[in-house]
Amino acid sequence: MPAVQETVDRVRRIDVDQYRYGFETLIESEKAPKGLSEDIVRFISEKKNEPAWMLEWRLEAYRRWLTMTEPTWARVHYPKIDYQDLYYYAAPKPKKTLSSIDEIDPEILKTYEKLGIPLREVAILEGVEPPPGGEPSEQRKIAVDAVFDSVSVATTFQKELKKAGVIFMPISEAIREHPELVRKYLGSVVPTSDNFFATLNSAVFSDGSFVYVPPGVRCPMELSTYFRINERNTGQFERTLIIADKGSYVSYLEGCTAPQRDENQLHAAVVELIALDDAEIKYSTVQNWYPGNSEGLGGIFNFVTKRGDCRGANSKISWTQVETGSAITWKYPSCILRGDNSRGEFYSIAISNGYQQVDSGTKMIHLGKNTSSRIISKGIAAGKSQNTYRGLVTAHRKATGARNYTACDSLLIGDKCGAHTVPYVEAKNSSATFEHEATTSKISEDVLFYCVQRGLSQEEAVGLVVNGFVKDVLQQLPMEFAVEAQKLISISLEGSVG
Amino acid sequence: MALLEVKDLQVRVEDREILHGLSLTVNPGEVHAIMGPNGSGKSTLSHVIAGKPGYEVTGGQILFRGEDLLEMEPDERAAKGVFLAFQYPVEIPGVATMNFLRTALNAQRKARGESEYSTPDFLKKVREVSKSLNIPQDMLKRGVNVGFSGGEKKRNEILQMALFEPSLCILDEMDSGLDIDALRIAADGVNALRSLERAMVVITHYQRLLNYIVPDYVHVMAKGSVVKTGGKELALQLEESGYAQFEDA
Repeated sequence: MPAVQETVDRVRRIDVDQYRYGFETLIESEKAPKGLSEDIVRFISEKKNEPAWMLEWRLEAYRRWLTMTEPTWARVHYPKIDYQDLYYYAAPKPKKTLSSIDEIDPEILKTYEKLGIPLREVAILEGVEPPPGGEPSEQRKIAVDAVFDSVSVATTFQKELKKAGVIFMPISEAIREHPELVRKYLGSVVPTSDNFFATLNSAVFSDGSFVYVPPGVRCPMELSTYFRINERNTGQFERTLIIADKGSYVSYLEGCTAPQRDENQLHAAVVELIALDDAEIKYSTVQNWYPGNSEGLGGIFNFVTKRGDCRGANSKISWTQVETGSAITWKYPSCILRGDNSRGEFYSIAISNGYQQVDSGTKMIHLGKNTSSRIISKGIAAGKSQNTYRGLVTAHRKATGARNYTACDSLLIGDKCGAHTVPYVEAKNSSATFEHEATTSKISEDVLFYCVQRGLSQEEAVGLVVNGFVKDVLQQLPMEFAVEAQKLISISLEGSVG
Repeated sequence: MALLEVKDLQVRVEDREILHGLSLTVNPGEVHAIMGPNGSGKSTLSHVIAGKPGYEVTGGQILFRGEDLLEMEPDERAAKGVFLAFQYPVEIPGVATMNFLRTALNAQRKARGESEYSTPDFLKKVREVSKSLNIPQDMLKRGVNVGFSGGEKKRNEILQMALFEPSLCILDEMDSGLDIDALRIAADGVNALRSLERAMVVITHYQRLLNYIVPDYVHVMAKGSVVKTGGKELALQLEESGYAQFEDA
């Protein structure tokens, strides 16, 4: 068999049917009636016991959304979404305020255990039931907020975080308990009128995480949210808001999975980050929504608006993402570098396989003086997938001394996939220094043969080469996530042979 | 039993036949040199034994300890003890040499049903072997062959040979791109691995290498088959007379 044909066949076998999180949890749930209207927006707001200002905010967004059209500029193709054929709210029953982990539906706990997120263990460590052997080690601590369909089901380590003055809670609670903070910052980075999907989210968002780190505090542990879509025909619209006050630091991780289904599901999230003077936010994502099967059936439509605002001087926001899931990914985590000397970073690994379509990248908007940004993007396309990097780097007239370095590398596995790089660069002042490098390469037969000659299977060889290719980005992830991500990368590219 | 038996091997690449009925028998402990002009099929033979894709075997067989080698995937062959030292070792950016060595060694051991090496045992073994080959530790931290000199790449091949302890080593044009000092270091490494159980097939264009790695047998290949076999003195004769006599035949 000619060398190239061998790889093509290999890749054909490497399909996306390997999805390990495709199980469904059978629990009773409470849903809003299908479709979207002012009444549904009111229903959601009421379910959440929201104050009047919040309802007004949502309704304004909803009215705005009615006048908007879905964007079509991305390199993704999908059947028209019928927004009246979706559920906008689903919550596990019984819905009452939970005072301890023990009151969570055991089925949900089981779900998170299967996903490798031990809510119970973490809770035990935390001190709901104190462990027999004293304090757990600092490194092991990760506070988790688990969002199941439309509601947050558990947030761990709340007490300990409170001691440090850090607020970490479901956003629905924050709206009630910290309205002054939420009102001040919600929509201040991604306004309700921002774009079709963000506006839709503003109208119907159900839950998500809220983080506030007070001045001078270094958050004592990693904060983490796990999003799980379970219900059929249900959109997930979570909203995350993170504020790092002056001189503070926080590292936040986000993970996502969904059951395997034949129909597509919509996910339209909004994440807003605000870093004040000298503050730093590190935001890491491992996105593993169900990608659809090897024929391109099913999978999540992922339309996400993520934006960070380096509002203060010397602030820093760093996005790291590992994107392996979703049928469609439309996502551009961006930084507005408003404060002087602020810094934005974007590290991305986007893997597409089967019929997945990825259009992802970042925007670095330099407004302040001596702002700097760095973009490292690694796209890997296999199967019949299409993988696009789309990025914007821009320097405002007043952003003197702005600097950007961009490196976009694409790796192709097989010859039925595509990689595309669409960089936009605008400098409105002459002192800006922008560097851009891009490469596209194919995984070489010779490299694979070298590896198998040394005893690695074909799949192990592909995994090794790909992990080498993405190493610069993996290094940016917190340790525990990096190991997880490395496994996930191999699984995403694995074939069905045992 | 012979370690390797190549019987009447016929190989095509696309529409062209490269090997026309080649036979070769290698016993444990023996060192065979295969010499021949460019395009005689030397490298094709090594690739087919190792299982590189892109070659079509249209006739004959290859037995390894009596087993049909052509039925095995290349990684199975590696686990059985077939090692090919490449003429041009590839670079694998981002994969630390140390990590590569361990992954490969453990993959082979797993395939043979042996236990995987623990980290301390593995490190100890690598240190011993790399020291004997004059390989600095920082080279092992770099990406596989990335930025290595020609000599370093070849020493890295021999390092792997020493670690994996194969029973058949095929050295494809080991001397290409090496100066005389680098060649001597590499050859010393290979000689240290000679043993009664291990056989070597040394493929080379030039006699020079055989001054350092002295073979038991020399085979001359031309136009896709072995045209002459003799002892180590045959290599010296070739140096004088050249390959032209065989090519014209």
